[in-house]
Amino acid sequence: MSNVKEILLNPIFNNNPIGLQILGICSALAVTTQMSVAAVMCIALTVVCAFSNFFISLIRARIPSSIRIIVQMTIIASLVIVVDQILGAVAYDISKQLTVFVGLIITNCIVMGRAEAFAMQNPPGLSFLDGLGNGLGYSAVLMSVAAIREFFGSGSLFGIQVMPLVTEGGWYTPMGLMLLAPSAFFIIGLLIWALRVWKKEQVEAPEYEIGQHTALSHS
Amino acid sequence: MSLRSLMDGLEPHFHQGGKYERFYAIYEMVDTIFYTPGKVTVGQSHVRDAVDMKRVMTTVWWCAFFPMVVGMYMVGRNANLAMEALDIAALEGWRGWIIALIAGYDPNSIWDCLIYGAVFYVPIYAVTFVVGGIWEVLFAVKRGHEVNEGFFVTSILFSLTLPATIPLWQVALGISFGVVIGKEIFGGTGKNFLNPALTGRAFLYFAYPAQISGDAVWTAVDGYSGATALGIAAADGLGGVLATGLTWGDAFLGNMQGSVGEVSTLAIFVGGAILLITRVASWRIMGGVLLGMIATSLLFNAIGSSTNPMFALPWHWHLVLGGFAFGMVYMATDPVSAAMTDTGRWAYGALIGVMCVLIRVVNPAFPEGMMLAILFANLFAPLFDWSVVRANVRRRLARV
Repeated sequence: MSNVKEILLNPIFNNNPIGLQILGICSALAVTTQMSVAAVMCIALTVVCAFSNFFISLIRARIPSSIRIIVQMTIIASLVIVVDQILGAVAYDISKQLTVFVGLIITNCIVMGRAEAFAMQNPPGLSFLDGLGNGLGYSAVLMSVAAIREFFGSGSLFGIQVMPLVTEGGWYTPMGLMLLAPSAFFIIGLLIWALRVWKKEQVEAPEYEIGQHTALSHS
Repeated sequence: MSLRSLMDGLEPHFHQGGKYERFYAIYEMVDTIFYTPGKVTVGQSHVRDAVDMKRVMTTVWWCAFFPMVVGMYMVGRNANLAMEALDIAALEGWRGWIIALIAGYDPNSIWDCLIYGAVFYVPIYAVTFVVGGIWEVLFAVKRGHEVNEGFFVTSILFSLTLPATIPLWQVALGISFGVVIGKEIFGGTGKNFLNPALTGRAFLYFAYPAQISGDAVWTAVDGYSGATALGIAAADGLGGVLATGLTWGDAFLGNMQGSVGEVSTLAIFVGGAILLITRVASWRIMGGVLLGMIATSLLFNAIGSSTNPMFALPWHWHLVLGGFAFGMVYMATDPVSAAMTDTGRWAYGALIGVMCVLIRVVNPAFPEGMMLAILFANLFAPLFDWSVVRANVRRRLARV
C-alpha cells in the first residue's frame, strides 16, 4: 500500500517533474497568466498522462522495442485529440485561450517521459497512478505559478478581482512583467530554490568548486 | 581606547566559534570602512597592488557624481521651466515643504534647480541604498561572503538610470530584483554574469513600463508631458528633435528630458576621463562601443529609408541622445560582466554599439536600446573570452 501512495504522491514534492526533472517547462511558461486557463491545462495534461500510461502499460508486452516511441506517440496523440475535442465542446472559450498548447501535450516531455520510464516496465494500475501523480506534480507547480502571475499581474485570482487596479480607481498597479512569459522563468526558478531549501536532498552536487583563497595571514 | 583596539577587542567574538560568528560579514564591513584589510596573501605568485577592489569601486562611485549633480540640476531646471509655463506656483507635499524651507522655484537659479532635483533624486538613491544594502548584508551573513563595495556602484548607477518621478516602491522592487536575481543568486560580486544595476532597471522597464517610459515621466511636474529627445527622434526623426528647439550643444550639455544620470554627455565624459586616466575602466570596451555605434549608424545613414526617420540620425546625435554615453562609460565597463581579454573587450564593446543602434533604429517597440544592448552583450562576454583563449592556445600550439 505504501508503494501506491509513494507512486502517487512522490511526484508532487519529492520528485516533481518540473521542480526536479525540469521537464514540461514550455507549457508552464505559456498558459500560466490566468489560473482558470492553467487549471484546464492541468486537468487536460493529468488525464492524458494517466490514461496514456495506462494504455501503454496494457500493451507494453506487445510493443516491439524498435518502434515503441511511435506506438507511444500514437496512443498519446489519440488521447490528446479526444481531450481537445471535449474541451472544444464543453469549454470553448478556454480552449480558444489555450490555443495550440492542448495539441502540444503530445510533445510534452512529462507524458513521453513517464510512458518511456514507467509505463513500459510496470503494470497498468500502477502506471495509471504514476501518470496521475506526475500530472498532479505538474499541476502543483503550474497552479502556483499561475496564482502568482495572476495575482501580481492582474490583481485577481480565478478571474475574481482581489486587488482593485489603478486603472479602475483602485490602488494596485499591475506588474506588467507578470503577463510576459519570462516572468514564469523567474517564478519557477524561485520555486525550485524554495523547494531545494526545504528538501535538501534535491540539491545537485556542484560541477566544480571554486578553490579556496590562497592562505591568508594577518600582517 | 582607540577605534582599532576596540575593533580588535571585538574581533574574536566574530570568528569561528565566537558568540557572533554568524555576523562576521557585518563586522568585516564595518572594520574595512575604517581600515585597510589587515589580511595579506603569503603565496609567492601574487601581484601586490595598492589598487584593490575597494579603491576601484569607490573611484567609479565618485565619478558617477558628475552626471548625478548635473542630472539633478537639469531635472530641477526642466521642472521649474515647466512650472513657469503651466503657471504652477509651488510643489505640493513634503517635497514642496523642503523647497520652501531652503530654496525657491527660479529656473535661472542654479541653487533652486539643484534643490528641486535633489528632493526627487536623493530619496530614490536613499531607497536604493537602504533596500539594496539590506539584501546585500542578508546574503553576506547567510552565505558567508563579504559585504562588497561593488554595491556602492550598483546602487548609484541603478538610481541614475531612473526617471526622477518614479514611485519609490518601484525603486525598492527594482533594486531588490537587481541585487538578488542579477547578482546574489549567482554567488555575489564577481560571479554575476549580468550587470546588476541594468538587471534591476530592465525588470522595472518590463514590469511597470508606464512609470519608466513614455512622455509623462521625465519632467517632475504633474500634468506636464514631454518625450525624451530619443522618443521624438523615433517618431519624427532629427527634424522633429530640432523643431523642439533642442540643439546638439544642448543635448551634449544635458539640457533635455531623460533619466537623471543619462542627460549630460559632458558630465559623463568628465567622469569617464577620470576612469580612463586612473585605468579603472577599460578604454578598449569604450572604444569598441563607440566604433560599433559609429559604424552601424553610418551604415544605416548610407542605406536610408523613406518610412523610418531613425535611419538618417547621424552618429554624433546617437552619442548624445538617450543612455548611450552613460551606458558606454559606466555600464559596459563593469569589470565583472564584461569580457576579460583584450580582444574580447573590443568585440564585446562593438557588439554593444551595434546592438544599441540596431534596436534604436529598427525596433519600433523600444526607442532606447542601450540597456538591452549591454545586457545582451553581457551574455556573450564569456563566449568572446573563450574564443580568444582558444585562438591563443591554437596559435601557440602551432609553434610547438
